[in-house]
Amino acid sequence: MTVIATESLSKRYPRVTALDRLSMDIGPGVTGLVGANGAGKSTLIKILLGLSPTTEGRAAVLGLDVATSGGEIRERVGYMPEHDCLPPDVSATEFVVHMARMSGLPPAAARERTADTLRHVGLYEERYRPIGGYSTGMKQRVKLAQALVHDPQLVFLDEPTNGLDPVGRDEMLGLIRRVHTDFGISVLVTSHLLGELERTCDHVVVIDGGKLLRSSSTTDFTQTTTTLAVEVTDSDEHPDGTGALRKALQGRGVATQDDGGGLPGAGHTVLLEAESEETYDLVRDVVADLGLGLVRMEQRRHHIAEVFRSNDEQGAQGEPDAGGATASEHAAARAGTAAAAEKTQTAAAEQMGGGRDAR
Amino acid sequence: MPADSTQIHNIGYRHYDGPRLGRAYATRSLFSQSLRGAYGLGRSAKSKVLPMILFGVMCAPALIMVAVAVATKADDLPIDYTRYAIVLQAVISLYLAAQAPQTVSRDLRFQTVPLYFSRPIERVDYVRAKFAALSSALFILTAVPLIVLYVGALLAKLDFADQTKGFAQGLVSVALLSVLFSGIALVISAVTPRRGFGIAAVIAVLTISYGAVSTVQAIAHEQGSSEAISWLGLFSPITLIDGVQTAFLGATSAFPGKEGPSAGAGVVYVLVVLALIAGSYAALLRRYRKAGL
Repeated sequence: MTVIATESLSKRYPRVTALDRLSMDIGPGVTGLVGANGAGKSTLIKILLGLSPTTEGRAAVLGLDVATSGGEIRERVGYMPEHDCLPPDVSATEFVVHMARMSGLPPAAARERTADTLRHVGLYEERYRPIGGYSTGMKQRVKLAQALVHDPQLVFLDEPTNGLDPVGRDEMLGLIRRVHTDFGISVLVTSHLLGELERTCDHVVVIDGGKLLRSSSTTDFTQTTTTLAVEVTDSDEHPDGTGALRKALQGRGVATQDDGGGLPGAGHTVLLEAESEETYDLVRDVVADLGLGLVRMEQRRHHIAEVFRSNDEQGAQGEPDAGGATASEHAAARAGTAAAAEKTQTAAAEQMGGGRDAR
Repeated sequence: MPADSTQIHNIGYRHYDGPRLGRAYATRSLFSQSLRGAYGLGRSAKSKVLPMILFGVMCAPALIMVAVAVATKADDLPIDYTRYAIVLQAVISLYLAAQAPQTVSRDLRFQTVPLYFSRPIERVDYVRAKFAALSSALFILTAVPLIVLYVGALLAKLDFADQTKGFAQGLVSVALLSVLFSGIALVISAVTPRRGFGIAAVIAVLTISYGAVSTVQAIAHEQGSSEAISWLGLFSPITLIDGVQTAFLGATSAFPGKEGPSAGAGVVYVLVVLALIAGSYAALLRRYRKAGL
């Protein structure tokens, strides 16, 4: 069953091309739509809601054509916009009841569904207070609730984690996961953070400049994007613990990078690609052998641009490295597994040249 | 209090398989919500204060007149039904200035509009519901005093046929006034999402235009050009209504020297009123074409 299908869908404005011959099929489940700002994510949602005519091509949502059945589609889908959209002077309950009625629910059903939905998104006593006094996290929950209140078959969530702190993000992502697993509602969620979607989505679609860059299940993605960030202490024996670890890892044939983000403590983090479970063991053993303290070892969340960038750099970096042979072999192996995506990714990396230069 | 302690038990997610009443129902719901909102009902106590005070101020003179008419056993009401709204136009302007921005600017300012348009409701439905709601609210504000006057007149045993005719003419006049004024005020509010500006702009357009027109009319009256007086009335909303009811609804004109338009000029007045109403409807539709998502 296909939830969303597009066929060479294009949207051109007088000056920009927002979507360029986009063809994809999205099944039930949680699907992530990733792209940088201005990649065409919001335009796509607008078209899928039947609110904006396509320049060419076709799109269908839940088997209904967006050009002719906009009203029917909007009755069956929910939409959570990216921006703030809540009036501050009414309570969450009043607001969501009103929105439920706007979706066509009779008054009694609207009240009942509102109480249910607000409870499911985690709003309890505070739902009777005016929205103006809510935290960003609570506001995001109200926005999610109004998208779910009419029990849609599909929801579009536009940047639902925007403005949330790490804990809030995790809660929201967990909630999104539940929307599918517990409520049985398919989800299309947009973000510019790929790492965030990796953990939540069954399937990820990457668009850039209105073009489809990649569409694959999340497991494919995780293989090529898991980056480990390792931080160690210094010891008397190794005054520069980070440098020692890097050297030791290179000796074992693992390519490393420094964390060039320019953030505080950046020089003290070693980044490396985790090929498999053994990489974790290897790092642990190497650190133990050197007698250093392991401060942290974590999976790094990727910014979408970084995925393309690191891929591109790895190819260039391999040759002059100390462990040259193994490193380039490693890069070649990587290129092999991601062969299908490689070409488009390099193209994307070139497009994002600005980011690369900055580094 | 931590969230867990308030959670008694989780009964899981329940799907909704009841009726979905669709577009027309949603439009009606939006209409009733906006109409109630125009009197602060279903909103905070603070937002009830102003509309209710203005409603009281609007009705008070009618009650006093009725009391006087009954007490003095007068043979006519001190004021015509058609004249009432003209005399109290300042109250009407204040009410519109306060409630028109409330009706439309809130949704624009807080960007709630996309939430409506991502539902079965269409742009046309939204504009119609809002337009109808504010017109109805204004009609209630202007028609209730007339009902008070009419009931009072009957209690004072004034001539039934005469009073009924005047009352009916008054109702037609305030209905026209409500639609015209709401249209103008809604367009102004819809293009000024900042509430303060909206209030000021509505008051400015309604009162300054009247002030300018009546000043120029007074000058024309001094110079004896009675023809000019009736044409000048085309340039402010309240004098437009005055002109229409003078020409067709048996009202005595409030223009200087009672120089209301003749039946011929009255047709022009009606056409201008209808054009303004249609124009403001079209302008609102245009405004919301950009506001969706």
